[in-house]
Amino acid sequence: MNDKTWVPVANSTDLAPHHVFQGRLMGQELAIWRADDGHVNVWENRCLHRGVRLSIGVNTGSELVCQYHGWRYANRNAGCTYIPAHPADAPPRTICSKTWPAIEMGGLIWTHFEEIDPPLPELPEAGLALRPLPLAAAPELVREGLAGLAPEGFGPLDDTLQAKGPSGALRLIVQPADAGRSVIRGLVTSDEPELLLLRRLNLFLREARDQILAQAALTPAPAPIPHRVERVSEELAQMPDMVSGPARLRVRVAKKELVARDIVSLELEPLRGALPASQPGAHIDVALPNGLLRQYSLVNAPGETGAYVIGVKREAESTGGSVAIHDSLAEGDLLAISEPRNNFTLRRDVEETILVAGGIGVTPLLSMAAALQDEGLPFRLHYFAGSEEQLAFGDRLAALGDRLVNYIGLDPEKTALALKGILKSPAEHAQVYVCGPAAMLDATRATAAEAGWPETAVHFEYFANTREIDTSSSFRVELARSAMTLEVPAGRSILSVLQEAGVAPPSSCSQGACGTCMARVIEGEPDHQDVYLTEAEKAAGEKILTCVSRAKSDRLILDL
Amino acid sequence: MNTQIQPDPFMLNQWYPISSLQEILPGQPRATKLFGQRISYERDVAGGLSVSDGTRALPVLQQYGCLWTSLGEPAELFDIPEYPEPDRRNVNAGSVGVQVSAQRGIENFLDMGHFPYVHTGILGALPHTEVKEYNVELIRDGREIIATECLFYQPMASTVSTSGADVEYIYRVPHPTCSVLYKSSPMDAKRLDVIALFGQPTGEESFRGHMVLSILDDVNTDDFISYFQLHIFGQDKPILENQMPKRLPLDPRAETPIRADKTSIMYRRWLTGHGVTYGTIPAAA
Repeated sequence: MNDKTWVPVANSTDLAPHHVFQGRLMGQELAIWRADDGHVNVWENRCLHRGVRLSIGVNTGSELVCQYHGWRYANRNAGCTYIPAHPADAPPRTICSKTWPAIEMGGLIWTHFEEIDPPLPELPEAGLALRPLPLAAAPELVREGLAGLAPEGFGPLDDTLQAKGPSGALRLIVQPADAGRSVIRGLVTSDEPELLLLRRLNLFLREARDQILAQAALTPAPAPIPHRVERVSEELAQMPDMVSGPARLRVRVAKKELVARDIVSLELEPLRGALPASQPGAHIDVALPNGLLRQYSLVNAPGETGAYVIGVKREAESTGGSVAIHDSLAEGDLLAISEPRNNFTLRRDVEETILVAGGIGVTPLLSMAAALQDEGLPFRLHYFAGSEEQLAFGDRLAALGDRLVNYIGLDPEKTALALKGILKSPAEHAQVYVCGPAAMLDATRATAAEAGWPETAVHFEYFANTREIDTSSSFRVELARSAMTLEVPAGRSILSVLQEAGVAPPSSCSQGACGTCMARVIEGEPDHQDVYLTEAEKAAGEKILTCVSRAKSDRLILDL
Repeated sequence: MNTQIQPDPFMLNQWYPISSLQEILPGQPRATKLFGQRISYERDVAGGLSVSDGTRALPVLQQYGCLWTSLGEPAELFDIPEYPEPDRRNVNAGSVGVQVSAQRGIENFLDMGHFPYVHTGILGALPHTEVKEYNVELIRDGREIIATECLFYQPMASTVSTSGADVEYIYRVPHPTCSVLYKSSPMDAKRLDVIALFGQPTGEESFRGHMVLSILDDVNTDDFISYFQLHIFGQDKPILENQMPKRLPLDPRAETPIRADKTSIMYRRWLTGHGVTYGTIPAAA
């Protein structure tokens, strides 16, 4: 086998729109598909859940959907974006299909199994890809059988299976499909009429095949190379809850663009490799050049995996985050971000979805709307904005057609009235998602409760906790699993005390809005000051956000 | 070329179904495979049944409308107490060959999550995809797995309803390649229909599934009931035959389980615990 080269595994024409092509290389089955953005994916042909071939799945143009249980895998990064059996959960871990690099050159799709990319194949320009010719013979045998043969007009093929003659240049490549299976692929450059040329080469290759097969029949067929299945990580096998890692990603600002008055969008590209998969509702932490850490929801539609897209509003009373982005950040700048986290998961097992956005709160809802539209699920996006010029991401909004309803310049009273209309009839299989300023979220939640929506059907994400945090209490925290007792004095948060002791849960917004630092309460009465937990969750007293909430009792036992 | 892999003791010493009784006619000997071994069976003119592997007579059991035999020394076959109830329709709905291990077939039988994708419009419908929390436990001293309180949305929950509703299922796994499912009966709210899949491992990577029903139904013909069941199984077959690897991997890290797969996680552990190697890929020690 010729080591360390790119190998062709499909013709470009095999990758018809929304089709999945089944390929084979050295015993490994491949699912090869092209997304609507042109990206070619070469993946292991196997769903990670129950091993069903992905080549019988559905290519939506942005994701590959397994036929068995509907698991969805994103274009490019191959991350699992949705597990329909558990619609309320973000796919809890980094479930990622095995991928190999792919390039498209000379009308062929090339890949390799090496650690590092080998040099690109040197190909004639303006070549024509031949029809692939599969044959049940060992690749070495096929290569030996072809070398020296002289197709008419091209002269003898040399050891690298290249030939030059009056008709032009010919290059044949043997794809080692398996130990005893090969595919002859070829590229030809010639001025001769295409049809006659292809016919002549086809006849030549068929004769060559018959000779090689006669030769192959003399020796027993080698045993097939078994399909190698990589074990999933220990963590995946044990079904733990999600804990976001401290992993820091480096990204480049590929595009900075004004998408509404006072709102810029940033496209963040990976420096190399693919970005981790995200789902509708997910957000990232962005470490800003001035040292601040800020959370921004991803706007990305399904399959839009080349760059994360966020929207940032210039806040008049900004503590510096949005101003730094608006004024100092330029295209080409590098940023450190976190992996996407999702506390605002979109269920897709419902018959109707109502999305309510206020101002810049539209960002996660745009991502949700695109996902729902992609799957053909009924939804409506109600978008409240101060003025027409403040409607952000116009092209994404336009794609929603009549699913979008805009409410421009309403005062709080009229907003309340509009919300009443939107939420007037709770339906059994319907869900509401709302994101916007705190006052609007409060109003929406109150209106929904009044109209009889169950709390579990109304999902919300605050982007800030505007409540005044009372830090006057002092109490004791006992950590059940770490067997530690810590004092939390007035003026300090539980989280900062935990961090000092080295047992802190992952944290992000530090203001009780994102839910990342949540811990389980075993005993004691929490003094909730966050905007993340629902009223029912707060009343149950089983969870606490350690960054802002405190204790009403003199001690709190946490499951940490 | 025919390298025959020997079954492990647990698999060997079980009863296996090889045919429905109604298909065995006097004077028409038939042959099938069990663990890759060719076996023949016939009904004599007096109605008696015999099974042979070519060198010796094999044990014979007539139960649940099927002929059962064994290449080992089987204990008693599991009980389906509902089967003899006088008002039930007992139907042998058919036998289908599938090119995948019998354990893969059983695991698919235990799975609800695929209903809206594979049995669209019949056992499930989009967008109702959620597998709600349910219970799984071992009973009868660990000899059987039972999953209870399994709820799944079915678009036409009964012949009289026009809208969908959650239907309750109970799954039993009393045998390494047989499973019995109970489902609320559309005819009688207090009783359950029984649908069983009895797997005959013809090889490590192939089996025949014998479908047996014991239901409360005085409306439909046997042919219709059989057609319906074959239609469902026909939807599963192409999915099963596209599973890689074809044998059931028992290493917990071979595939990615989710909470909805509690029953199959238990099933895989149970097979591991009994040292099952035939039709599986055991975890590396």
